[in-house]
Amino acid sequence: MKKRNAFARLLSNTATWLVLFVFSFPFIWMVMASFKTQVQIQSPGNFFWFRPTGRNYAEVFNQYHFFKYMINSFIVAIGSTLASLLLGLPAAYGIARYRLNGLGLTILAARIIPGISFLIPWFIIFNSLGLVDTYTALILSHMLVGLPFVIWIMISYFEALPHEIEEAGAIDGCGKMKVFLRIVLPISGPGVMTASLMSIIFSWNNFMFSIILAGEKTKTLPIAIFNFLSYSEVNWGGLMAAACIITLPVLVIALAAQKFIINGLAAGAVKG
Amino acid sequence: MLASWMEKRFKWIVTLPALLFVLVMMAFPIAYTLRLSFFEWSMSAASPPKWVGLDNYIALFKDGRFWHALGATAYFSFGALAAETVLGVAIALLLHREFRGRGLAKTIFLLPMVATPVAMGLVWVLIYEPTNGIFNALLQAIGLKPLHWLGSIGQVIPSLMVIDIWQWTPMVCLIVMAGLTTLPQEPYESADVDGASRRQKLWYITLPLLRPTILTAVMLRLIDVIKTFDIIYATTQGGPGTASETLNIYGYVLAFQYFKLGLASSLLVVFFLLVMGLTLALIVVRRNTEVSS
Repeated sequence: MKKRNAFARLLSNTATWLVLFVFSFPFIWMVMASFKTQVQIQSPGNFFWFRPTGRNYAEVFNQYHFFKYMINSFIVAIGSTLASLLLGLPAAYGIARYRLNGLGLTILAARIIPGISFLIPWFIIFNSLGLVDTYTALILSHMLVGLPFVIWIMISYFEALPHEIEEAGAIDGCGKMKVFLRIVLPISGPGVMTASLMSIIFSWNNFMFSIILAGEKTKTLPIAIFNFLSYSEVNWGGLMAAACIITLPVLVIALAAQKFIINGLAAGAVKG
Repeated sequence: MLASWMEKRFKWIVTLPALLFVLVMMAFPIAYTLRLSFFEWSMSAASPPKWVGLDNYIALFKDGRFWHALGATAYFSFGALAAETVLGVAIALLLHREFRGRGLAKTIFLLPMVATPVAMGLVWVLIYEPTNGIFNALLQAIGLKPLHWLGSIGQVIPSLMVIDIWQWTPMVCLIVMAGLTTLPQEPYESADVDGASRRQKLWYITLPLLRPTILTAVMLRLIDVIKTFDIIYATTQGGPGTASETLNIYGYVLAFQYFKLGLASSLLVVFFLLVMGLTLALIVVRRNTEVSS
């Protein structure tokens, strides 16, 4: 019996590490290829032994202007997240306290409706207003991703807060707005953190809205990396270095704030 | 004066900005798309939208490419969803025990979900590359013939499924793992008294108890997998030919490459109804299992 247990444990440990290797493999492969020359990438057989080069990274910044696109991505991610918080925090509080479930459900629809059905009218309208290729258009469109995250995550957070806190504030003569701003918000840090990180990550990753609404001036990183394919010969090393640069900030956030991210993904799960 | 006015209308003051956003950026565009589906327009200022009634819908249902896209969507979605569910549950059961590096395992599992899909899609293009990719090198190393992967009409959708499975199995897995921690202990204790084997406990206790959790995960994935855009557009743009053109990709191509805005809108309305119908059906199924269990 004991022998069988040891064998079973060895088996499941091996399986676990194998699964983890498979799921991390694309990342390993991306990082390795980002330090290879085009010739090294194109000579199979030498997969694991090669002399690393930093040239790809230099190229991505110097030739492909990734610094500019990175700034664009930051502006849109931070801008849409701040705007989502500004609109979403009070709304979530109102929905949680006054059980405005209808509004909550409407915002949920943003998750179910295919994004392109929003994109066609947006494009027509932004085009006629001269807003295509502006941060305004990108931030507004990315709020469709950020706002639902903020609202869903914060509704459940506010609902879980004990009512006594607000009642105490009301007794002290604070108006409802003051209670919300001075008492409720300051103790909602973890919820706001989760919501903000989800909004930032999914704005950073957004491809579909940006590819239509961004232009030369406001191009974000996902569009910039996609454009690598339009050159006649794909520069694989550069492409992989670009992929590393794009995914690095997200991976760092995910590692540093793992608990928040799991909560955020779980909130989507419960409400979805 | 102002204070008491604000106090009375607090509920609406806090929700109004978000409500306006919903109206302007969501409700209006949806209504616009619906309306546009009855018009013919190519976005030219010279010729305004022309009312065509149901013509777009008739054209759509006569369009072979639409039916092909519907088939591709179903094939891709259900293939990926089935694999993600089975693998996700299996891996969750595997990880749901104490072992060294459990934290690390969870972290690694988080990464495919949050890494930028376009960038990771392009990494997969390199992995699948027919001449320089590692998959074909591995196949040849064990004496098999190399495949075309994303470049072949027959293999492209399964190859895309693999990317989606890599990206989203962790989601199913995390949801099921969260569900596992909330399972009651008593059924296991009485099963132990009855001398049930491990496999019996898994089959007759764990899996039935997990059913609502698994259905939640399936519903969540279904809503998203059916609308998969980033990894398909980044890797194949619907190709080769139209082999991997799903409804979402075809809608995009119709709207922003052919500028057939009316036809594209009618496709999106049909697509929206489809997603909505499937979601509601799953909600009903889930509710029924909750009642019965």
